[in-house]
Amino acid sequence: MNLLARTSAVFVKDLLSEIRTRYALNALLMFVITAVAVILFALRGDTPGTIVLAGMFWVVVFFTGMSGLSRIFVSEEERGTALTLQLVAPPGVVYFGKLAFNVLLTLVLVAGVTVVYLVAFPGFIIQTPSIFFVTLLLGSLGLASAATIIAAIVAKAGSRGTLYPVLSFPVVVVLLMTVMNATIKSLDGEPFSTAVVDFVVLISYVMVMTAGSFLLFEFVWKD
Amino acid sequence: MVLTAENISKTFNRRTVFREIGFTVVAGQSIAVTGRNGAGKSTLLKILAGLLTPTSGSVRYAVSGSVHGPEDIRAHLGFVSPYLQLYDEFSALENLRLLSRMRSATVASDERCREMLTRFGLWDRCNDQVRTYSSGMKQRLKYVVALLHDPEVLMLDEPGANLDADGIAAVAQIYESSQRRILIVATNDRSEAERCELKIHLGTGVS
Repeated sequence: MNLLARTSAVFVKDLLSEIRTRYALNALLMFVITAVAVILFALRGDTPGTIVLAGMFWVVVFFTGMSGLSRIFVSEEERGTALTLQLVAPPGVVYFGKLAFNVLLTLVLVAGVTVVYLVAFPGFIIQTPSIFFVTLLLGSLGLASAATIIAAIVAKAGSRGTLYPVLSFPVVVVLLMTVMNATIKSLDGEPFSTAVVDFVVLISYVMVMTAGSFLLFEFVWKD
Repeated sequence: MVLTAENISKTFNRRTVFREIGFTVVAGQSIAVTGRNGAGKSTLLKILAGLLTPTSGSVRYAVSGSVHGPEDIRAHLGFVSPYLQLYDEFSALENLRLLSRMRSATVASDERCREMLTRFGLWDRCNDQVRTYSSGMKQRLKYVVALLHDPEVLMLDEPGANLDADGIAAVAQIYESSQRRILIVATNDRSEAERCELKIHLGTGVS
């Protein structure tokens, strides 16, 4: 209970900080709007198929996430509060508190991108909502888990801006392929059972990524 | 509590900052770490607090017969330093509440917060965001954060930095009221160093 309360304190601190500073939210919002606007200009009124729509959906989520999710650790390093955090909380508490905040931020992001896609692309019709929402949930958990540990690594490096997407891509490529596959199924109206294999892959990914990150985090966070 | 540092050395990129530093301090004792700029005073404090890993050597804290590493005694540690920042977007009270909850899962009582903020002359501005504070007020708030949980080990890096006469007087009280704790001070101010019982001059050793 003690560790849970301390973890929730890290989460609450980040949530209140984000509400006041809008470090990550503004970056995410601007990126979504810009990316979708560029896609609309490129399409010139054409209606893309479900494969292209699903691919573009996750491309926007991935690159938007890469522009905003790293703030969770980068802002601590830039403001000089990382050492304070190291002093008051053990690495596990910091990791899970930050992970919880990134999960929330990613869920807000995918919800926002979904709304924008539903409005901007008439062909984006979710025919099997159960597949779509489970994919969004597991995809968000996986993306947040990968983004959190990579953000911790990148925050300690010099060239933060360019390093983040470069480091992230090989880590999340399996996740992206799987969520795109499941999203195509939801847009094509396939039954829930056809996506079960994708969900098993996603659950495995989340478990492996979270456990591995937790074990690695102490070494990344210290020094 | 007993702090034992054994043969601590630290090297950054092949440059040895200091080597084979060793000392023992018991509760109630104070130790001053002095030395020229770049001698490694702050680095030594960070190693003692477990924020940096020594290249060689070890730091141990003995509490009631059991031995712990620096990471295990963080709940009993207070640290004040110019490079340790607080959250600018929160008020002093919010900082105290959030940091105390992260440290021990319990929120510091309003009474304790008021007592400490009053002691360091910040009570009147306790609801203002820290970004509106002067550098001296931020330094005072760092003392409040460090002392709020009445730590058994207190580390002060450049304790007088940015403080006015009142602030320095408040810090002087800490020396007087630290009979039960281990006090470690990194400083180049001779008067601050003179208040401590033990001294380490990086470059020469313990005296």
